[in-house]
Amino acid sequence: MTDRAPQASADNLLPSGDPVAPPKLKVDKPRNQWLDVWDQFKTHKGAVFGLVFLTFITLFVTVGPLIWDVDPGKLDIRNKDVRPIYMGLFDSSAKVSWGNPMGTDNLGRDIMANIMQGGRISLAVGWTAMVLALLLGTTIGVLAGYFRRLDGLLMRFTDLVLALPLLPLLLVMMLLFRDPLRAAFGPENGIFILIVTGIGITSWMQTARIVRGDVIALKEREFVLAARSIGTPARRMITRHLLPNVLSPIMVSATLGLATAIITESALSFLGLGFPSDFPTWGKILFDSVDRMTAFPERVIWPGLAISLTVLSVNYIGDGLRDALDPRIRGL
Amino acid sequence: MKLKTALMGAAACVALAPMAFADAHEGERARDGELKIIYWQAPSILNPYLSGGTKEIEAASLVIEPLGRYNETGAPVPFLAQEIPTVANGGVSEDLTQITWKLKEGLVWSDGTPVTSADVKFTADYCMDPEGGCAQLAKFDGVENVEIVDDLTVTVTFDKPTPNPYGPFMGGQSPIIQAAQFAECTGARAPECTDANFMPIGTGPFVVTEFRTNDVWTGVANENYRDPNKPAFASLTFKGGGDATAAGRSVLETGEFDYAWNLQLAPDVIASMAEAGVGTPVSAFGTLVERLEMNLTNPSPDLAEGERSTVAHPHPFLSDEAVRRALSMAIDRELLVEVGYGQAGRPTCNLVPGPEIYASDNTGCLTQDIDGAKALLDEAGWVDSNGDGIREKDGVELRILYQTSTNAVRQDFQALIKEWWSEIGVETELRNIDASVFFGGDPGSPDTFQKFYADVEMYANNFDGTDPQPYLAMYRCGNEPKPDSQWQGENINRFCDPAYDALIDELAQTADIAQRAELAKQMNDMLTKDSMTIVPLVDRGRVSAHANSLGGVILNTWDSELWNVSDWYRIGDNR
Amino acid sequence: MSPIGIASAITAKQETPVPGIAPGRALFNRKAINQGVAMLTYTLRRLLVSIPTLLFIAFVIFMLLELAPGDPMASMPLTIPPDVRQQMREALGLGEPWYIRFPLWLNQFFIVEPQYWIDNAFGTNFADGAQRIISFQSRSPVFDTIAERLPQTLWVVGMSYVVGVLIALPIGIISAYRQYSVFDQAGTFISMIGFSVPPFFSGVLLIVIFSVQLKWLPSIYDTTHVVEDWASFKIQLQQMVMPVMVLALQTTAQVSRYMRASMLDNLGQDYVRTARAKGMSESVVVLKHVLRNSMIPVVTVIALGIPSIFGGAIITEQIFKVNGLGQLLIIALQGSDIPMVMTITFLLAILIVLMNLIADILYGILDPRIRYD
Repeated sequence: MTDRAPQASADNLLPSGDPVAPPKLKVDKPRNQWLDVWDQFKTHKGAVFGLVFLTFITLFVTVGPLIWDVDPGKLDIRNKDVRPIYMGLFDSSAKVSWGNPMGTDNLGRDIMANIMQGGRISLAVGWTAMVLALLLGTTIGVLAGYFRRLDGLLMRFTDLVLALPLLPLLLVMMLLFRDPLRAAFGPENGIFILIVTGIGITSWMQTARIVRGDVIALKEREFVLAARSIGTPARRMITRHLLPNVLSPIMVSATLGLATAIITESALSFLGLGFPSDFPTWGKILFDSVDRMTAFPERVIWPGLAISLTVLSVNYIGDGLRDALDPRIRGL
Repeated sequence: MKLKTALMGAAACVALAPMAFADAHEGERARDGELKIIYWQAPSILNPYLSGGTKEIEAASLVIEPLGRYNETGAPVPFLAQEIPTVANGGVSEDLTQITWKLKEGLVWSDGTPVTSADVKFTADYCMDPEGGCAQLAKFDGVENVEIVDDLTVTVTFDKPTPNPYGPFMGGQSPIIQAAQFAECTGARAPECTDANFMPIGTGPFVVTEFRTNDVWTGVANENYRDPNKPAFASLTFKGGGDATAAGRSVLETGEFDYAWNLQLAPDVIASMAEAGVGTPVSAFGTLVERLEMNLTNPSPDLAEGERSTVAHPHPFLSDEAVRRALSMAIDRELLVEVGYGQAGRPTCNLVPGPEIYASDNTGCLTQDIDGAKALLDEAGWVDSNGDGIREKDGVELRILYQTSTNAVRQDFQALIKEWWSEIGVETELRNIDASVFFGGDPGSPDTFQKFYADVEMYANNFDGTDPQPYLAMYRCGNEPKPDSQWQGENINRFCDPAYDALIDELAQTADIAQRAELAKQMNDMLTKDSMTIVPLVDRGRVSAHANSLGGVILNTWDSELWNVSDWYRIGDNR
Repeated sequence: MSPIGIASAITAKQETPVPGIAPGRALFNRKAINQGVAMLTYTLRRLLVSIPTLLFIAFVIFMLLELAPGDPMASMPLTIPPDVRQQMREALGLGEPWYIRFPLWLNQFFIVEPQYWIDNAFGTNFADGAQRIISFQSRSPVFDTIAERLPQTLWVVGMSYVVGVLIALPIGIISAYRQYSVFDQAGTFISMIGFSVPPFFSGVLLIVIFSVQLKWLPSIYDTTHVVEDWASFKIQLQQMVMPVMVLALQTTAQVSRYMRASMLDNLGQDYVRTARAKGMSESVVVLKHVLRNSMIPVVTVIALGIPSIFGGAIITEQIFKVNGLGQLLIIALQGSDIPMVMTITFLLAILIVLMNLIADILYGILDPRIRYD
């Protein structure tokens, strides 16, 4: 790879004081940045695997139910405890049926349909809560780190939210907002909004503290001082100089946040604060199956695999993106 | 030193040899080492007067004892008393206002001091102190005074004829506490006596050596226990916490514990655990009935706060008996039992499923009848005229909000019942609520079972001891939760029938047991099969488990499960 | 943000000097002293600010618990009639309004309880029989119960945190230094799987394998076990190993990911090249300069995790019956034991505020350019 570090930005004109700045930079022909990023991204095997799997699982839970149109809530008590189809290979006496390729649960509900339906909710909760937490966390972190006046207030606010016990907080939210939201959006969406908000607003603090810590340190680095000395406005400072440099920890927060959101949702269902019992989610399917883990291992394996692989994929995509967006790796 | 050890070893051999043959049924006290009990809900205190929780009552029953208990058939048996007073033996006065208890002679507390009638009287005073917040006050309902006749005799006088005078001092809920220990702990000072509350001095088979609240407590055999050969175990570990699955596993699969209480697990889970062959699940039935409660008043959120679920507004469709009956007919109770309780449940149509003499022969609901339910709704004018699959009449659609507490079995029940109701054209929205909110009486919360801001709700209830009178009296007109009473009240359905109220009064004045049973059955039928106000589902038994090496366990649902722990022993060799 | 921005930022960053090998060492000492003074005043100011912050947090938590639905009588059997329940509530002091109970709690927490400790330590009698904070459930002083729970919490949750962090740091460093090596790939895979498998599953899985099938380890933690010799220490290790493994996996996964990401960022910096060019040994470059500069996010995460040692491991404690502070908190929450919940969450709040303060101070030590003014 040749040195294709981008130069289109006006920032390059600032007096960097770097005597070894490669003169090549100014000679290279401009090329679409995103194509570069994509080229680099493609070389990351994990990231490509992640993207493929994430696309697959997203299609599986969105398009899947259109093809496999079994009602996930449909009880068929005579066909309960059907084993997954591959069990027929090891054990000819196993109760298997092509009608339920992944088996059925103790009430005869089709597991494949439940994994699809559950995945919709889990992925939606995971992504939304993660994005919410990330936006909140990054915003608060950057503001607190960059503007010294806001730091005290915002960080004490962070301390406050960290100190709030989650359970009573959710109970109060349920109490205040469940009925209005139910009236406005219907029972299902109302609960969804409530849960996503609940998880989102209680999981941004770590991101905020990490981003702030990094920003505080970055702020004293010479390149920032230099940029500031020529009067770069705050917004530009943040978006151009600070944010790109705290991207890695944000990516890690995002990956871990997705896993946390999916698991927290299942813990909430367990405490009676989650979705109504007839809305399966991956976390809840996993939780309900733990008691029967030895007799029916597939019931924990399917949702467990789905959660783990999704998180792993997002992690690899994050790694790949980080590498692809870093011109030193892409370009040097 | 060495000689002494050798001598003791020899003595132990001599002592052990005959017992090995006798299967260790009999023998001297403290011969069987340690007894390990696990309760997945940990006791927080050992004074049942300050906490009404089952876990506290049962834990305390190892240490402090009442005058009499109910045995596994529900029959009263004397513990500290010489005999159970009755009208026949002259212990209960003819006019049913007085009961006279006589203590056994020579009883001593674990600290060696004698048990006297003063302790019995003190126990009553302690609980009836208006500032104490006694959890078992209802046991002393109607007690006018408790009089010391002599050192061993007390007489309890009631303010009116009381056909069931066995409230005070009977059963695990009202054990005798030591006056000397609790003398400074009455009234508002009750919570200050942490030592007394955690380590009460008792007459039971064990003495507390260490108590850690909500975690674990340990005990040793009571040196002063009235039977010199009991208890068989020298020490006791009573562990709490975790969940029912883990408790079951530790007795049935790993054998770490000897006894696990109340395994509320799906039957197939218990069965697969029992396959390990280390322990045995045991079950027994009491009066606990899982039921659907029908809201006879309108819970609609469109009504103003303070108007919702009050008698001012009858329910738009559940006030129609045909709808309630159809909802009941659509349910397959056999299947519910199979899915949720197995050996720990049996289908029932009764609110009062026991004791035997009080149970009505009401079996009409046991067979599911979807077609009959549909026909009944058609007949009553509830038909699906707009083709959306939901029946309606005069613009009112059969849409039900069905709530219960969060619990795996209840959620399975919800799913099944929703399915059956959809078959008869009723749409159901499910809601499950954290048990601490649902069963809490917080008037500020919309989700309590008393407030009943739903159309149908499901939970289980029972009565203490063997007498259903207070239980049936809950459904009196005016006893419903309402804004005026801070939403406190026991008539959850807002049921009101003057004929029923008349029966309550009659029951309170009837002493003859056969007549009482007749009245109770009649009242049970009025609430269940006649009006379908309460739709009983499952008579829930208790499943506990004991190690195969633990003998003498007799599961008792009428009193503390650990009622006969002094008779427990280790089977086979003294390992 | 666009890739351009990053590029420019990073181009501009190129002149970042290596801390410690920057020119002007003579100035460094005076600067260090100034920094030290600034840090001290900063710490004092922050400690002062903490007092109103904590009072405000206490108020918010109290009001939250006040608003939350729930009733200490909820766990009582339904056979206890409503009027008896009402009397029990009144005996617990629940009849009083919040503006009486909140100052009462503050008084008990900040004045009566310390008085009791002093009395216990020196045999004085400051407290003079004043009412301590009493739990609704056990009717015993809340602080006695908390003290009872500390040993097992520290043994299990504290130990798992230490183990987790100690494993995570080298994993993070090696994974970054040998990015995309087999070690890095395996580390990433295990930590992400480990993090996304909830403890209610992994804990039970361990019990089924090691307690039920192999019968090697006890499934129930014995909190009364006393370590006095080697044999009892071995038993303690046996009962600790499973919960510690479950919890440490989560900590390791989290900390090692941040460590790796931050190290990668710094390994690509130009000062690393400069340092190598100056002939510094590889271990000095990586372990001294890169590591030090990479520690800021890691220190943040570790500091945030410490309070959760004392209140976080609810599910794991429940599964292994460790009955530590997490179990105490959840039981208190479920039983609406307001004095207990209030006291534990407030103690956690104090820890959170302190730990975040310590993290902020550590930033300055790790990177002396950070200013405190």
